[in-house]
Amino acid sequence: MRVMAIAAVAGLLAAGVAAAPPAAAQDHRHKAMEAALPRGDSVYALSASLVDQRGRPVGLDLFRGHPVLISMFYATCPDACPLLIADLQRIERELPPRIKADLRIVLVSVDPERDTPNALRALARARHVDESRWRLLCAHDDTVREIAALLGIKYRRLADGSFNHSSVITLLDADGVVLVREEGIGGSHSALLRSLRAAQSAPSR
Amino acid sequence: MRHLAFVTLALVLAGAGVPAASPGDMARVGPGVLRPVYAPAPGVTTVDVAAFRLDRLPVTNGEFLSFVTGHPGWRRDRVARVFAADGYLAHWAGPAELGPDVRPDQPVTRVSWFAAKAYCSARGKRLPTEAEWELAAAAGDTSPDGAAEPGFRERILAWYARPSTAELPAVGSGQPNFWGIRDLHGLVWEWVLDYNSTLVSGDSRSGKSADRLPFCGTGAFTAGDNEDYASFMRLAFRSSLEARYTTRALGFRCAGDGEVASR
Repeated sequence: MRVMAIAAVAGLLAAGVAAAPPAAAQDHRHKAMEAALPRGDSVYALSASLVDQRGRPVGLDLFRGHPVLISMFYATCPDACPLLIADLQRIERELPPRIKADLRIVLVSVDPERDTPNALRALARARHVDESRWRLLCAHDDTVREIAALLGIKYRRLADGSFNHSSVITLLDADGVVLVREEGIGGSHSALLRSLRAAQSAPSR
Repeated sequence: MRHLAFVTLALVLAGAGVPAASPGDMARVGPGVLRPVYAPAPGVTTVDVAAFRLDRLPVTNGEFLSFVTGHPGWRRDRVARVFAADGYLAHWAGPAELGPDVRPDQPVTRVSWFAAKAYCSARGKRLPTEAEWELAAAAGDTSPDGAAEPGFRERILAWYARPSTAELPAVGSGQPNFWGIRDLHGLVWEWVLDYNSTLVSGDSRSGKSADRLPFCGTGAFTAGDNEDYASFMRLAFRSSLEARYTTRALGFRCAGDGEVASR
């Protein structure tokens, strides 16, 4: 009960203090997705320097031109992150081959200290991800914070070196515009799948 | 109930000396120790905060105007929409003009996290972390632990309870606290670097079913100092924010590492 009371306080605060309370903001975001989107709506507006699992320097826009599923994780995560990768692989399996071939997957680590390119490559191999279409990326703390901010992902480093983070899978179109954002893992991901399949009949380019 | 994800920060300051009198626009704060009530991890009750520098005053409209003029990519008519929502600097008369109703000495508000971060970066500074900000804000008039001073928490809560309809006063109208920092309470809310670090469980925010894992994490959240409502409310407010949001009562100030430089 106390949790709900606190949530209510948060809601009141946001409504009273913020010009954009959460509910209204969600409506707004929804509308923005449906409207014609100028270039300013691409997350690729962020100029970010990252490194992939083979040590190659890349930008956040490395897969411009393809639909991209992007999320954040850390390699030593014991619980949810293996499930996150499994979810992404399950989404792939459920797609028609042509759409799957065009899809790219980007996972950005929140743990630059331990998730070196070598560690990420070992994980990619251990999880049998298709490295031609998947990239596991690391970046400096500041860049990680900015990417998390763009994707609406919350995270906190704990004293023991592990992390709490929200699991959010975001589908970007070929230009880096957010099409669908799904919180939580282990679900059906029906919204992501629907949007990915729709891309076949209405290609963005 | 079980995975309460708000941090309440009760303050335990260890060995805080009298801050050195320092000229300039920044003051030295800390070192100190925060005791988070929303324990960041099981068994963890304190967070050490290294000494840092903090702007004595929030950033003003005038200062932000000169930033926007020098970095036109942050003008409201040019900024990428992923970096700033529609309300960004909407109270200014024009993209590079305050107009008659906005005073240069008022704290700038309606700025997004990205814009605040870019401003600090352009000044060779950074946003303070949540722990740093809370450490600075926990100080009273005469000691680093304001909670020990009569009326401290009541004064802050009285401000939170007041509707923010009135015109914002100029920065610097509040008294300097123990560290020499002004306006941490009573003027505007302020962005922090890790505003997005407070995880609220899915069932308390979005009503999603609990069988889907909203978080990856081994930490359990517990509550601590339940008297510190003000910290609690700040955390609740921050947890409702997204980086592109702008509100008419949310501003910021910048921080820096280490000792106070002569600027």
